[in-house]
Amino acid sequence: MIKRDWIYAWALLLPAFVFLITFTHLPAVQTLLNSFWTTPKGRRASVFTGLGNYEQMLSDPVFIKAMVNSAIYAAITIPTSIALALIMALLVHRSFRGVGLLRMSFFTPTVLPLIAVANIWLFFYAPGFGLIDQIRLFFGLPSANYAGQPDTALYSVAAVTIWKEAGFFMIFFLAALQTVPETLREAAAIEGCSRWTFFRRVTLPLIMPTTLFVSVNAVINAFRLVDHVFVMTKGGPDNASMLLLYYIYETGFRFWDTAYAAALTVVLIAIIGIVGIGQFFLADKRVHYK
Amino acid sequence: MIQDTPLDRFLIRSAGTLLGLLWIVPLAYAVWAAIHPPAFEARFDVTAPLTLENFISAWDQAPFARYFLNSILLVGVILSAQLILCTLAAFAFARLEFPGKSILFALILMQLLVMPDILLVENYRTMRSLGLVDTILAIGLPYFASGFAIFLLRQTFMTIPKELDEAARIEGCSLLGLLWRVYVPLGKPAMLAFGLVSVSHHWNNFLWPLIITNSVETRPLTVGLSIFATTDSGTSWAVINAATLMTSAPLLLGFFLFQRQFVQRFMRAGIK
Repeated sequence: MIKRDWIYAWALLLPAFVFLITFTHLPAVQTLLNSFWTTPKGRRASVFTGLGNYEQMLSDPVFIKAMVNSAIYAAITIPTSIALALIMALLVHRSFRGVGLLRMSFFTPTVLPLIAVANIWLFFYAPGFGLIDQIRLFFGLPSANYAGQPDTALYSVAAVTIWKEAGFFMIFFLAALQTVPETLREAAAIEGCSRWTFFRRVTLPLIMPTTLFVSVNAVINAFRLVDHVFVMTKGGPDNASMLLLYYIYETGFRFWDTAYAAALTVVLIAIIGIVGIGQFFLADKRVHYK
Repeated sequence: MIQDTPLDRFLIRSAGTLLGLLWIVPLAYAVWAAIHPPAFEARFDVTAPLTLENFISAWDQAPFARYFLNSILLVGVILSAQLILCTLAAFAFARLEFPGKSILFALILMQLLVMPDILLVENYRTMRSLGLVDTILAIGLPYFASGFAIFLLRQTFMTIPKELDEAARIEGCSLLGLLWRVYVPLGKPAMLAFGLVSVSHHWNNFLWPLIITNSVETRPLTVGLSIFATTDSGTSWAVINAATLMTSAPLLLGFFLFQRQFVQRFMRAGIK
């Protein structure tokens, strides 16, 4: 009887696992293995190089730049988009006239393709006639090419990410806010507790699991969302907006240096893995999966 | 309730309005540029004539009809495969006891972190050895077994009372019959929620399709749009914006029509 259940279970899991193993687990392992070999070139076969590719990274200025940029990009986009998402959720959580419109305005970027959004923003940033430049000219400031100059390119890319993500994260906070019991609010009112104290002492702790969940998503997205880089800057100018995943794409599919791309991918997986495992230990007690 | 003073209300309203406007400006700007002649793309004149010329010329300049078809096929294939594969797997995890359960489930959860989106080089190699480079199937294959879907459906299935199982079994229902007659109907809201997330994700997906496709017959809209928008053939911003809106139109339209449901579905998919 029990045995039959086992067979059923494995049979039900088999199709999903065939795809899962083929396109996620095997490639992940293969990537790690390939990172210890060189890229075959012409008739020169791939040879074992141990940590050679990783040593190459340390002396690769573009890699260093990409890492620094990714760190800055993460440091800007993660806290900003989460904070904005929470503010948005608090704004549209109450009901007033026009709240539907407001919620729609916040959420709309989420359903737009990042690649399409990039076109729109590029137009925003366009020197001379773009909206931002028109405002600058109106105030008598000189024209600026935000996406095209090294000192602002990364930030103009990050702005798009924040705009795109905040509305998405808002949804999760909105769901969490609905679980805060109304009785607590009443009790707090009787105690004469201020709005800010209530938020800090009651709401914030209660939505902590959501915040954590959103943070992990934000971290993963900070390394995963690079579509707009393709349209806006192509990692430039002079690698000013080079991000790790974009660099992997360039290395693997523009220069066809697959072994080095594998090593770069391992670094990316390691970063995401550390964050994920970190969350697991941090959240162990706080987040309950029902 | 903590009472709002009029000042509170005023501050909240104005902050909301300001932020809301800021958030909608890019889209409004794109709409402005798309429905006016190129001469007005950066001149905001209320009397500017309206036109659909930009949409027509975008449609004529690139095979958007084909891109649309490709994208529709793509999201259709991915979603059907995901629903079938992941429902079966989720059912096993939710209702059956078997050796290796926790290890296998951990393997599923790993995919939430290490997504196929990142394993570009290896997945390309796999597709090449399968002879599938530049096919719509190849764009979809890595996403068929979605860890997220399995997880979400498992959570849903676990909330279904076990008494229903027993009742169904007493009635002589087989295991698959039980899944089909009890679990699938009760899991529909979760499936719909996942469906929306999946469709919008894959409609918008770019990097992997860019790598694995190289012809008009397979390219989805996002890749088609990026090629159209970067050809420096002097395509005007107005036309690019029209193409951009066209690409986003199906999801935008669906979203505007079913706003409430849409947001709720997304929310449901997010609460784990």
